[in-house]
Amino acid sequence: MTAALTLENVDCFYGNVQVLRGFSLELMQGEVLCLLGRNGAGKTTALKAIMGLVPPRSGRIMLGETDLTRLTAHQVPQAGVAYVPQGRRLFAELTVAENIEIGLMTRKKGKATRESVLDLFPVLRERLKQRSGTLSGGEQQMLAMARALCLEPQVLLLDEPTEGLMPSMIARIRETVAALRERGVSTILVEQRVDAVLPVADRVAFIENGQNRDTLDVERLRADPDLVHRYVGVG
Amino acid sequence: MAFGPYLLLATLEGLVMAAVLALTALGLSLVFGVMRVVNVAHGEFFMLGAVLAWWVSSLVSGNPAIGFLLALIVSPLIVGAVALVSERLVLRRLDYKPEATIVATIGLLYIIQQLVLTFYGPEARPVVAPFDFRIRLPWFGYSSYKLAVIAASILLVLATWFVLTRTKIGLVMRATQYDGEIAQAFGVPVDRVYAGVFALGAMLAAVAAVLIVPIQQAHYLMGLDPLLLSFIVVIIGGLGSLRGTVVAAVLIGLSDGIISVFFSPTLAKIIATSFVALVLVFRPQGLFGAETR
Repeated sequence: MTAALTLENVDCFYGNVQVLRGFSLELMQGEVLCLLGRNGAGKTTALKAIMGLVPPRSGRIMLGETDLTRLTAHQVPQAGVAYVPQGRRLFAELTVAENIEIGLMTRKKGKATRESVLDLFPVLRERLKQRSGTLSGGEQQMLAMARALCLEPQVLLLDEPTEGLMPSMIARIRETVAALRERGVSTILVEQRVDAVLPVADRVAFIENGQNRDTLDVERLRADPDLVHRYVGVG
Repeated sequence: MAFGPYLLLATLEGLVMAAVLALTALGLSLVFGVMRVVNVAHGEFFMLGAVLAWWVSSLVSGNPAIGFLLALIVSPLIVGAVALVSERLVLRRLDYKPEATIVATIGLLYIIQQLVLTFYGPEARPVVAPFDFRIRLPWFGYSSYKLAVIAASILLVLATWFVLTRTKIGLVMRATQYDGEIAQAFGVPVDRVYAGVFALGAMLAAVAAVLIVPIQQAHYLMGLDPLLLSFIVVIIGGLGSLRGTVVAAVLIGLSDGIISVFFSPTLAKIIATSFVALVLVFRPQGLFGAETR
Protein backbone atom coordinates (compact mmCIF):
# COMPACT_ATOMS: atom_id res chain seq x y z
CA MET A 1 0.00 0.00 0.00
CA THR A 2 1.24 3.48 -0.78
CA ALA A 3 0.90 6.53 1.42
CA ALA A 4 -1.64 9.16 0.40
CA LEU A 5 -0.31 11.75 2.83
CA THR A 6 2.83 11.81 4.93
CA LEU A 7 3.76 14.16 7.76
CA GLU A 8 7.45 14.11 8.70
CA ASN A 9 8.74 15.79 11.87
CA VAL A 10 6.29 18.67 11.76
CA ASP A 11 6.81 21.47 14.30
CA CYS A 12 3.98 23.97 14.73
CA PHE A 13 3.70 27.05 16.94
CA TYR A 14 1.02 29.51 18.00
CA GLY A 15 3.24 32.51 18.68
CA ASN A 16 5.88 31.12 21.01
CA VAL A 17 3.87 28.13 22.17
CA GLN A 18 4.87 24.92 20.47
CA VAL A 19 1.86 22.74 19.72
CA LEU A 20 3.24 20.04 17.42
CA ARG A 21 6.65 18.55 18.31
CA GLY A 22 8.21 16.48 15.59
CA PHE A 23 4.80 15.13 14.63
CA SER A 24 4.86 12.32 12.09
CA LEU A 25 1.99 10.47 10.51
CA GLU A 26 1.38 8.29 7.50
CA LEU A 27 -2.04 8.05 5.87
CA MET A 28 -2.39 5.08 3.55
CA GLN A 29 -4.29 5.14 0.27
CA GLY A 30 -7.98 4.51 0.90
CA GLU A 31 -7.84 4.05 4.66
CA VAL A 32 -9.62 5.79 7.50
CA LEU A 33 -7.02 6.85 10.02
CA CYS A 34 -8.30 8.13 13.31
CA LEU A 35 -6.41 10.70 15.34
CA LEU A 36 -7.28 10.18 18.97
CA GLY A 37 -6.17 12.31 21.86
CA ARG A 38 -7.21 14.54 24.69
CA ASN A 39 -8.17 18.21 24.54
CA GLY A 40 -5.20 20.32 23.55
CA ALA A 41 -3.13 17.38 22.36
CA GLY A 42 -2.72 19.01 18.94
CA LYS A 43 -5.28 17.13 16.85
CA THR A 44 -6.90 20.17 15.29
CA THR A 45 -3.51 21.85 14.85
CA ALA A 46 -2.29 18.80 12.93
CA LEU A 47 -5.19 19.22 10.49
CA LYS A 48 -4.63 22.97 10.21
CA ALA A 49 -0.95 22.34 9.54
CA ILE A 50 -1.88 20.06 6.64
CA MET A 51 -4.23 22.76 5.29
CA GLY A 52 -1.51 25.39 5.57
CA LEU A 53 -3.66 27.43 7.95
CA VAL A 54 -1.02 27.04 10.68
CA PRO A 55 2.16 26.86 8.60
CA PRO A 56 4.70 24.44 10.10
CA ARG A 57 8.05 25.93 11.10
CA SER A 58 9.85 22.78 10.09
CA GLY A 59 9.09 19.37 8.69
CA ARG A 60 7.49 18.17 5.49
CA ILE A 61 3.92 17.31 4.53
CA MET A 62 3.82 15.28 1.34
CA LEU A 63 0.69 14.68 -0.72
CA GLY A 64 2.03 12.18 -3.25
CA GLU A 65 4.91 14.06 -4.86
CA THR A 66 3.74 17.52 -3.70
CA ASP A 67 5.18 19.17 -0.59
CA LEU A 68 2.15 20.96 0.87
CA THR A 69 4.32 23.14 3.13
CA ARG A 70 5.56 24.91 -0.01
CA LEU A 71 2.02 25.88 -1.02
CA THR A 72 0.00 28.79 0.32
CA ALA A 73 -3.15 28.04 2.30
CA HIS A 74 -5.46 28.51 -0.67
CA GLN A 75 -3.42 26.20 -2.90
CA VAL A 76 -3.57 23.20 -0.55
CA PRO A 77 -7.27 22.50 -1.20
CA GLN A 78 -6.65 22.93 -4.91
CA ALA A 79 -4.08 20.13 -4.65
CA GLY A 80 -6.84 17.82 -3.46
CA VAL A 81 -7.14 18.02 0.33
CA ALA A 82 -10.59 18.83 1.71
CA TYR A 83 -11.27 20.03 5.22
CA VAL A 84 -14.36 19.66 7.40
CA PRO A 85 -13.50 21.88 10.36
CA GLN A 86 -14.51 21.45 13.95
CA GLY A 87 -17.82 23.12 14.71
CA ARG A 88 -18.62 22.85 10.96
CA ARG A 89 -17.94 26.54 10.29
CA LEU A 90 -20.33 26.89 7.41
CA PHE A 91 -20.70 30.24 5.73
CA ALA A 92 -23.79 30.58 7.88
CA GLU A 93 -25.26 33.63 6.17
CA LEU A 94 -24.98 32.03 2.76
CA THR A 95 -27.52 29.57 1.44
CA VAL A 96 -26.97 25.83 1.20
CA ALA A 97 -26.53 26.17 -2.57
CA GLU A 98 -23.94 28.92 -2.13
CA ASN A 99 -21.93 26.87 0.36
CA ILE A 100 -21.86 24.04 -2.13
CA GLU A 101 -20.93 26.44 -4.92
CA ILE A 102 -17.87 27.59 -2.92
CA GLY A 103 -16.81 23.95 -2.60
CA LEU A 104 -17.26 23.38 -6.33
CA MET A 105 -15.29 26.50 -7.24
CA THR A 106 -12.25 25.30 -5.28
CA ARG A 107 -11.22 22.82 -7.94
CA LYS A 108 -13.52 24.06 -10.71
CA LYS A 109 -15.84 21.07 -10.50
CA GLY A 110 -19.17 21.16 -12.29
CA LYS A 111 -22.71 19.86 -12.28
CA ALA A 112 -21.77 16.18 -12.21
CA THR A 113 -19.91 16.59 -8.92
CA ARG A 114 -22.74 18.65 -7.50
CA GLU A 115 -25.27 15.98 -8.37
CA SER A 116 -23.23 13.12 -6.94
CA VAL A 117 -22.64 15.03 -3.70
CA LEU A 118 -26.32 15.88 -3.39
CA ASP A 119 -27.20 12.24 -4.04
CA LEU A 120 -25.10 11.41 -1.01
CA PHE A 121 -27.06 13.90 1.13
CA PRO A 122 -30.59 14.08 -0.34
CA VAL A 123 -31.83 16.23 2.57
CA LEU A 124 -29.72 19.12 1.29
CA ARG A 125 -31.39 19.02 -2.12
CA GLU A 126 -34.68 20.10 -0.52
CA ARG A 127 -33.03 23.00 1.29
CA LEU A 128 -30.83 24.56 -1.38
CA LYS A 129 -32.32 28.03 -0.98
CA GLN A 130 -32.29 27.98 2.82
CA ARG A 131 -29.73 29.97 4.82
CA SER A 132 -27.27 27.37 6.04
CA GLY A 133 -27.17 28.83 9.55
CA THR A 134 -30.82 27.84 10.02
CA LEU A 135 -30.24 24.13 9.33
CA SER A 136 -30.32 21.61 12.19
CA GLY A 137 -27.01 20.46 13.64
CA GLY A 138 -27.02 17.20 11.71
CA GLU A 139 -27.93 18.91 8.45
CA GLN A 140 -25.17 21.44 9.00
CA GLN A 141 -22.68 18.62 9.45
CA MET A 142 -23.91 17.03 6.23
CA LEU A 143 -23.51 20.34 4.44
CA ALA A 144 -20.00 20.78 5.83
CA MET A 145 -19.12 17.34 4.46
CA ALA A 146 -20.91 18.00 1.18
CA ARG A 147 -19.00 21.26 0.76
CA ALA A 148 -15.72 19.41 1.28
CA LEU A 149 -16.66 16.55 -1.04
CA CYS A 150 -17.33 19.05 -3.84
CA LEU A 151 -13.52 19.11 -4.20
CA GLU A 152 -13.52 15.41 -5.11
CA PRO A 153 -10.56 15.17 -2.75
CA GLN A 154 -7.92 12.45 -2.54
CA VAL A 155 -7.59 13.21 1.15
CA LEU A 156 -10.40 14.24 3.48
CA LEU A 157 -9.79 15.77 6.91
CA LEU A 158 -12.69 15.45 9.36
CA ASP A 159 -12.47 17.29 12.67
CA GLU A 160 -14.89 15.85 15.25
CA PRO A 161 -17.75 15.37 12.80
CA THR A 162 -20.00 13.65 15.34
CA GLU A 163 -19.65 16.31 18.03
CA GLY A 164 -23.03 17.28 19.45
CA LEU A 165 -25.09 15.12 17.10
CA MET A 166 -27.83 12.66 17.98
CA PRO A 167 -27.05 8.94 17.59
CA SER A 168 -29.00 8.42 14.36
CA MET A 169 -27.06 11.27 12.79
CA ILE A 170 -23.74 9.88 14.04
CA ALA A 171 -24.61 6.63 12.30
CA ARG A 172 -25.29 8.52 9.06
CA ILE A 173 -21.94 10.29 9.22
CA ARG A 174 -20.22 6.97 9.87
CA GLU A 175 -21.95 5.37 6.87
CA THR A 176 -20.80 8.26 4.73
CA VAL A 177 -17.20 7.88 5.82
CA ALA A 178 -17.36 4.17 5.05
CA ALA A 179 -18.94 4.88 1.65
CA LEU A 180 -16.15 7.33 0.84
CA ARG A 181 -13.54 4.71 1.71
CA GLU A 182 -15.19 2.46 -0.89
CA ARG A 183 -14.62 5.22 -3.43
CA GLY A 184 -10.92 5.33 -2.53
CA VAL A 185 -10.89 8.53 -0.48
CA SER A 186 -8.28 8.53 2.27
CA THR A 187 -9.58 10.07 5.47
CA ILE A 188 -8.07 11.46 8.64
CA LEU A 189 -10.73 11.48 11.33
CA VAL A 190 -10.16 13.44 14.52
CA GLU A 191 -12.13 12.31 17.55
CA GLN A 192 -12.01 12.54 21.31
CA ARG A 193 -14.05 9.43 22.04
CA VAL A 194 -12.85 6.01 21.09
CA ASP A 195 -16.33 4.47 20.75
CA ALA A 196 -17.05 6.92 17.95
CA VAL A 197 -14.15 5.64 15.87
CA LEU A 198 -13.93 1.91 16.50
CA PRO A 199 -16.70 1.04 14.03
CA VAL A 200 -15.25 3.04 11.15
CA ALA A 201 -11.47 3.40 11.51
CA ASP A 202 -8.82 1.16 9.96
CA ARG A 203 -6.02 2.40 12.18
CA VAL A 204 -5.84 4.66 15.19
CA ALA A 205 -3.02 7.12 15.93
CA PHE A 206 -2.69 8.32 19.50
CA ILE A 207 -1.54 11.90 19.85
CA GLU A 208 -0.26 13.41 23.08
CA ASN A 209 1.57 16.70 23.69
CA GLY A 210 1.88 17.27 19.97
CA GLN A 211 3.59 13.95 19.37
CA ASN A 212 2.39 10.76 17.78
CA ARG A 213 2.67 8.17 20.55
CA ASP A 214 1.70 5.12 18.54
CA THR A 215 -0.36 3.96 15.59
CA LEU A 216 -2.33 0.74 15.98
CA ASP A 217 -4.61 -1.39 13.83
CA VAL A 218 -8.15 -1.04 15.02
CA GLU A 219 -8.46 -4.82 15.54
CA ARG A 220 -5.91 -4.65 18.34
CA LEU A 221 -7.99 -2.01 20.07
CA ARG A 222 -11.19 -3.93 19.65
CA ALA A 223 -9.51 -6.96 21.14
CA ASP A 224 -7.97 -5.04 24.01
CA PRO A 225 -9.93 -1.87 24.88
CA ASP A 226 -7.64 -1.29 27.87
CA LEU A 227 -4.97 -0.07 25.46
CA VAL A 228 -7.00 3.09 24.99
CA HIS A 229 -6.82 3.87 28.68
CA ARG A 230 -3.08 3.53 28.60
CA TYR A 231 -2.76 6.07 25.79
CA VAL A 232 -5.56 8.50 26.34
CA GLY A 233 -6.33 8.09 30.01
CA VAL A 234 -10.05 8.27 29.44
CA GLY A 235 -12.16 6.17 27.11
CA MET B 1 -42.51 80.29 -2.84
CA ALA B 2 -45.08 78.23 -0.93
CA PHE B 3 -44.09 75.57 1.57
CA GLY B 4 -44.85 72.59 -0.71
CA PRO B 5 -42.51 73.47 -3.58
CA TYR B 6 -39.92 74.59 -1.06
CA LEU B 7 -40.02 71.15 0.56
CA LEU B 8 -39.77 69.51 -2.86
CA LEU B 9 -36.65 71.50 -3.64
CA ALA B 10 -35.10 70.59 -0.31
CA THR B 11 -35.96 66.93 -0.89
CA LEU B 12 -34.33 66.96 -4.31
CA GLU B 13 -31.19 68.55 -2.88
CA GLY B 14 -31.21 65.94 -0.13
CA LEU B 15 -31.55 63.12 -2.65
CA VAL B 16 -28.52 64.35 -4.60
CA MET B 17 -26.55 64.31 -1.40
CA ALA B 18 -27.93 60.89 -0.46
CA ALA B 19 -26.95 59.52 -3.86
CA VAL B 20 -23.32 60.55 -3.53
CA LEU B 21 -23.22 59.54 0.10
CA ALA B 22 -24.62 56.08 -0.60
CA LEU B 23 -21.80 55.35 -3.05
CA THR B 24 -19.08 56.67 -0.76
CA ALA B 25 -20.41 54.87 2.30
CA LEU B 26 -20.84 51.67 0.33
CA GLY B 27 -17.12 51.67 -0.37
CA LEU B 28 -16.30 52.22 3.30
CA SER B 29 -18.76 49.55 4.38
CA LEU B 30 -17.43 47.02 1.88
CA VAL B 31 -13.85 47.50 3.06
CA PHE B 32 -14.78 47.19 6.70
CA GLY B 33 -17.17 44.29 6.12
CA VAL B 34 -14.78 42.10 4.20
CA MET B 35 -11.39 43.16 5.58
CA ARG B 36 -12.32 44.47 9.04
CA VAL B 37 -10.20 47.50 8.21
CA VAL B 38 -11.45 50.94 9.27
CA ASN B 39 -10.22 53.03 6.38
CA VAL B 40 -9.73 56.57 7.68
CA ALA B 41 -8.25 57.58 4.31
CA HIS B 42 -11.53 56.83 2.53
CA GLY B 43 -12.41 60.52 2.28
CA GLU B 44 -9.05 61.21 0.64
CA PHE B 45 -9.79 58.67 -2.07
CA PHE B 46 -12.99 60.67 -2.63
CA MET B 47 -11.02 63.90 -2.79
CA LEU B 48 -8.40 62.37 -5.08
CA GLY B 49 -11.22 61.25 -7.38
CA ALA B 50 -12.54 64.80 -7.60
CA VAL B 51 -9.14 66.39 -8.16
CA LEU B 52 -8.23 63.84 -10.83
CA ALA B 53 -11.59 64.49 -12.48
CA TRP B 54 -10.64 68.16 -12.78
CA TRP B 55 -7.20 67.25 -14.11
CA VAL B 56 -8.51 64.81 -16.71
CA SER B 57 -11.28 67.12 -17.91
CA SER B 58 -8.86 70.03 -18.12
CA LEU B 59 -6.72 68.03 -20.58
CA VAL B 60 -9.59 67.76 -23.03
CA SER B 61 -10.88 70.75 -24.96
CA GLY B 62 -14.17 70.97 -26.82
CA ASN B 63 -17.44 69.57 -25.58
CA PRO B 64 -17.37 69.34 -21.74
CA ALA B 65 -19.21 66.02 -21.89
CA ILE B 66 -16.16 64.35 -23.43
CA GLY B 67 -13.87 65.52 -20.65
CA PHE B 68 -16.38 64.52 -18.01
CA LEU B 69 -16.96 61.04 -19.39
CA LEU B 70 -13.23 60.52 -19.67
CA ALA B 71 -12.86 61.61 -16.04
CA LEU B 72 -15.64 59.24 -15.00
CA ILE B 73 -13.57 56.34 -16.35
CA VAL B 74 -9.97 57.43 -15.78
CA SER B 75 -10.23 58.97 -12.32
CA PRO B 76 -11.69 55.89 -10.53
CA LEU B 77 -9.12 53.69 -12.26
CA ILE B 78 -6.21 55.82 -11.01
CA VAL B 79 -7.70 56.00 -7.51
CA GLY B 80 -8.21 52.22 -7.55
CA ALA B 81 -4.57 51.77 -8.53
CA VAL B 82 -3.42 54.08 -5.72
CA ALA B 83 -5.56 52.09 -3.26
CA LEU B 84 -4.19 48.81 -4.57
CA VAL B 85 -0.61 49.98 -4.14
CA SER B 86 -1.26 51.25 -0.60
CA GLU B 87 -2.94 47.97 0.30
CA ARG B 88 0.02 45.94 -0.94
CA LEU B 89 2.67 48.23 0.54
CA VAL B 90 1.05 49.07 3.87
CA LEU B 91 -2.05 47.17 4.99
CA ARG B 92 -0.85 43.72 3.98
CA ARG B 93 2.46 44.22 5.77
CA LEU B 94 0.52 45.11 8.92
CA ASP B 95 -1.35 41.82 8.63
CA TYR B 96 -4.61 43.85 8.63
CA LYS B 97 -4.41 44.30 12.40
CA PRO B 98 -7.29 46.62 13.39
CA GLU B 99 -5.33 49.13 15.50
CA ALA B 100 -2.34 49.28 13.19
CA THR B 101 -4.47 49.79 10.09
CA ILE B 102 -6.33 52.71 11.66
CA VAL B 103 -3.06 54.49 12.37
CA ALA B 104 -1.69 53.57 8.96
CA THR B 105 -4.73 54.90 7.12
CA ILE B 106 -4.52 58.14 9.11
CA GLY B 107 -0.98 58.42 7.77
CA LEU B 108 -2.25 57.67 4.28
CA LEU B 109 -4.85 60.43 4.71
CA TYR B 110 -2.15 63.05 5.30
CA ILE B 111 0.14 61.75 2.59
CA ILE B 112 -2.56 61.94 -0.06
CA GLN B 113 -3.85 65.29 1.20
CA GLN B 114 -0.43 66.94 1.29
CA LEU B 115 0.61 65.53 -2.09
CA VAL B 116 -2.55 66.98 -3.61
CA LEU B 117 -1.88 70.33 -1.90
CA THR B 118 1.65 70.32 -3.32
CA PHE B 119 0.78 69.42 -6.89
CA TYR B 120 -2.77 70.74 -7.27
CA GLY B 121 -2.69 73.68 -4.89
CA PRO B 122 -5.15 75.14 -2.42
CA GLU B 123 -7.64 76.44 -5.00
CA ALA B 124 -11.11 75.06 -5.48
CA ARG B 125 -11.69 74.31 -9.14
CA PRO B 126 -14.92 73.40 -10.91
CA VAL B 127 -15.55 70.78 -13.55
CA VAL B 128 -18.09 71.75 -16.16
CA ALA B 129 -21.15 69.50 -16.11
CA PRO B 130 -21.58 67.35 -19.23
CA PHE B 131 -25.05 68.82 -19.71
CA ASP B 132 -27.00 71.30 -17.68
CA PHE B 133 -30.34 72.26 -19.14
CA ARG B 134 -32.90 73.14 -16.51
CA ILE B 135 -36.00 71.08 -16.17
CA ARG B 136 -38.90 73.48 -15.74
CA LEU B 137 -41.18 72.50 -12.91
CA PRO B 138 -44.32 74.58 -12.27
CA TRP B 139 -42.64 76.30 -9.32
CA PHE B 140 -38.93 76.38 -10.11
CA GLY B 141 -36.37 75.14 -12.61
CA TYR B 142 -34.15 72.26 -11.55
CA SER B 143 -30.78 71.10 -12.88
CA SER B 144 -31.13 68.03 -15.05
CA TYR B 145 -27.56 67.09 -14.16
CA LYS B 146 -28.47 66.72 -10.50
CA LEU B 147 -31.28 64.34 -11.42
CA ALA B 148 -28.80 62.40 -13.54
CA VAL B 149 -26.51 62.08 -10.51
CA ILE B 150 -29.34 60.48 -8.56
CA ALA B 151 -30.08 58.08 -11.42
CA ALA B 152 -26.41 57.17 -11.90
CA SER B 153 -26.01 56.48 -8.22
CA ILE B 154 -29.07 54.22 -8.16
CA LEU B 155 -27.64 52.30 -11.13
CA LEU B 156 -24.24 51.91 -9.47
CA VAL B 157 -25.74 50.73 -6.17
CA LEU B 158 -27.84 48.18 -8.08
CA ALA B 159 -24.75 47.06 -9.99
CA THR B 160 -22.81 46.61 -6.74
CA TRP B 161 -25.70 44.66 -5.28
CA PHE B 162 -25.82 42.48 -8.38
CA VAL B 163 -22.10 41.76 -8.23
CA LEU B 164 -22.24 40.92 -4.54
CA THR B 165 -25.27 38.62 -4.62
CA ARG B 166 -25.37 37.16 -8.12
CA THR B 167 -21.79 36.60 -9.26
CA LYS B 168 -18.97 34.27 -8.28
CA ILE B 169 -16.74 37.19 -7.34
CA GLY B 170 -19.44 38.42 -4.99
CA LEU B 171 -19.87 34.95 -3.52
CA VAL B 172 -16.13 34.77 -2.84
CA MET B 173 -16.24 38.21 -1.22
CA ARG B 174 -19.15 37.26 1.03
CA ALA B 175 -17.50 33.98 2.02
CA THR B 176 -14.29 35.85 2.87
CA GLN B 177 -16.28 38.36 4.89
CA TYR B 178 -17.93 35.61 6.87
CA ASP B 179 -14.92 33.39 7.60
CA GLY B 180 -11.59 34.17 5.96
CA GLU B 181 -9.78 31.13 7.31
CA ILE B 182 -12.32 28.64 6.01
CA ALA B 183 -12.52 30.54 2.73
CA GLN B 184 -8.80 29.82 2.33
CA ALA B 185 -9.48 26.14 2.98
CA PHE B 186 -11.73 26.30 -0.08
CA GLY B 187 -9.15 27.77 -2.40
CA VAL B 188 -10.01 31.45 -1.96
CA PRO B 189 -6.87 33.60 -2.20
CA VAL B 190 -8.04 35.81 0.66
CA ASP B 191 -5.05 38.04 0.22
CA ARG B 192 -6.00 38.94 -3.34
CA VAL B 193 -9.67 39.32 -2.41
CA TYR B 194 -8.62 41.91 0.18
CA ALA B 195 -6.58 43.85 -2.36
CA GLY B 196 -9.48 43.83 -4.80
CA VAL B 197 -12.02 44.90 -2.20
CA PHE B 198 -9.84 47.76 -1.00
CA ALA B 199 -9.41 49.03 -4.55
CA LEU B 200 -13.14 48.61 -5.26
CA GLY B 201 -14.06 50.55 -2.11
CA ALA B 202 -11.80 53.43 -3.11
CA MET B 203 -13.17 53.39 -6.66
CA LEU B 204 -16.74 53.73 -5.40
CA ALA B 205 -15.68 56.83 -3.48
CA ALA B 206 -13.92 58.16 -6.58
CA VAL B 207 -16.97 57.66 -8.79
CA ALA B 208 -19.10 59.49 -6.23
CA ALA B 209 -16.59 62.34 -6.27
CA VAL B 210 -16.53 62.60 -10.06
CA LEU B 211 -20.31 62.80 -10.05
CA ILE B 212 -20.27 65.60 -7.50
CA VAL B 213 -17.50 67.89 -8.87
CA PRO B 214 -19.74 69.65 -11.39
CA ILE B 215 -21.92 70.63 -8.41
CA GLN B 216 -19.28 71.11 -5.74
CA GLN B 217 -15.77 72.17 -6.70
CA ALA B 218 -12.65 70.03 -6.28
CA HIS B 219 -10.55 71.04 -3.28
CA TYR B 220 -7.81 69.31 -1.34
CA LEU B 221 -9.77 69.41 1.94
CA MET B 222 -13.07 68.19 0.53
CA GLY B 223 -12.54 64.64 1.83
CA LEU B 224 -13.39 65.31 5.45
CA ASP B 225 -17.16 65.72 5.15
CA PRO B 226 -17.73 62.58 3.06
CA LEU B 227 -15.57 60.60 5.49
CA LEU B 228 -17.52 61.78 8.51
CA LEU B 229 -20.89 61.29 6.86
CA SER B 230 -19.89 57.88 5.52
CA PHE B 231 -18.98 56.77 9.01
CA ILE B 232 -22.32 58.08 10.26
CA VAL B 233 -24.17 56.23 7.51
CA VAL B 234 -22.25 53.02 8.00
CA ILE B 235 -22.76 53.03 11.77
CA ILE B 236 -26.48 53.74 11.47
CA GLY B 237 -27.01 51.22 8.68
CA GLY B 238 -24.91 48.48 10.22
CA LEU B 239 -21.38 47.70 9.11
CA GLY B 240 -21.21 45.37 6.16
CA SER B 241 -24.92 45.59 5.40
CA LEU B 242 -25.55 46.82 1.89
CA ARG B 243 -29.24 47.45 2.47
CA GLY B 244 -28.55 49.28 5.74
CA THR B 245 -25.96 51.49 4.08
CA VAL B 246 -28.34 52.55 1.33
CA VAL B 247 -31.27 53.16 3.69
CA ALA B 248 -29.11 55.15 6.11
CA ALA B 249 -27.59 57.19 3.26
CA VAL B 250 -31.05 58.19 2.06
CA LEU B 251 -32.10 58.97 5.62
CA ILE B 252 -29.06 61.10 6.39
CA GLY B 253 -28.94 62.70 2.94
CA LEU B 254 -32.60 63.68 3.03
CA SER B 255 -32.58 64.98 6.58
CA ASP B 256 -29.39 66.90 5.87
CA GLY B 257 -30.88 68.42 2.73
CA ILE B 258 -34.21 69.33 4.28
CA ILE B 259 -32.88 70.60 7.59
CA SER B 260 -30.12 72.59 5.87
CA VAL B 261 -32.67 74.33 3.67
CA PHE B 262 -35.20 75.10 6.41
CA PHE B 263 -32.87 75.66 9.35
CA SER B 264 -29.09 75.45 9.12
CA PRO B 265 -26.45 72.94 7.96
CA THR B 266 -24.99 72.91 11.47
CA LEU B 267 -28.26 71.74 12.95
CA ALA B 268 -28.37 68.99 10.31
CA LYS B 269 -24.94 67.73 11.42
CA ILE B 270 -25.93 67.94 15.08
CA ILE B 271 -29.02 65.84 14.47
CA ALA B 272 -27.13 63.28 12.38
CA THR B 273 -24.42 62.80 14.99
CA SER B 274 -26.96 62.60 17.83
CA PHE B 275 -28.74 59.93 15.85
CA VAL B 276 -25.46 58.00 15.65
CA ALA B 277 -25.09 58.24 19.41
CA LEU B 278 -28.62 56.91 19.92
CA VAL B 279 -28.05 54.05 17.49
CA LEU B 280 -24.80 53.14 19.23
CA VAL B 281 -26.52 53.06 22.62
CA PHE B 282 -29.72 51.25 21.70
CA ARG B 283 -28.78 49.23 18.63
CA PRO B 284 -24.99 48.94 18.42
CA GLN B 285 -25.07 46.59 15.43
CA GLY B 286 -26.88 49.27 13.39
CA LEU B 287 -30.39 49.29 11.99
CA PHE B 288 -29.77 46.45 9.55
CA GLY B 289 -26.57 44.89 10.89
CA ALA B 290 -26.55 41.25 11.91
CA GLU B 291 -25.61 40.40 15.49
CA THR B 292 -21.91 39.77 15.89
CA ARG B 293 -20.86 36.16 15.56
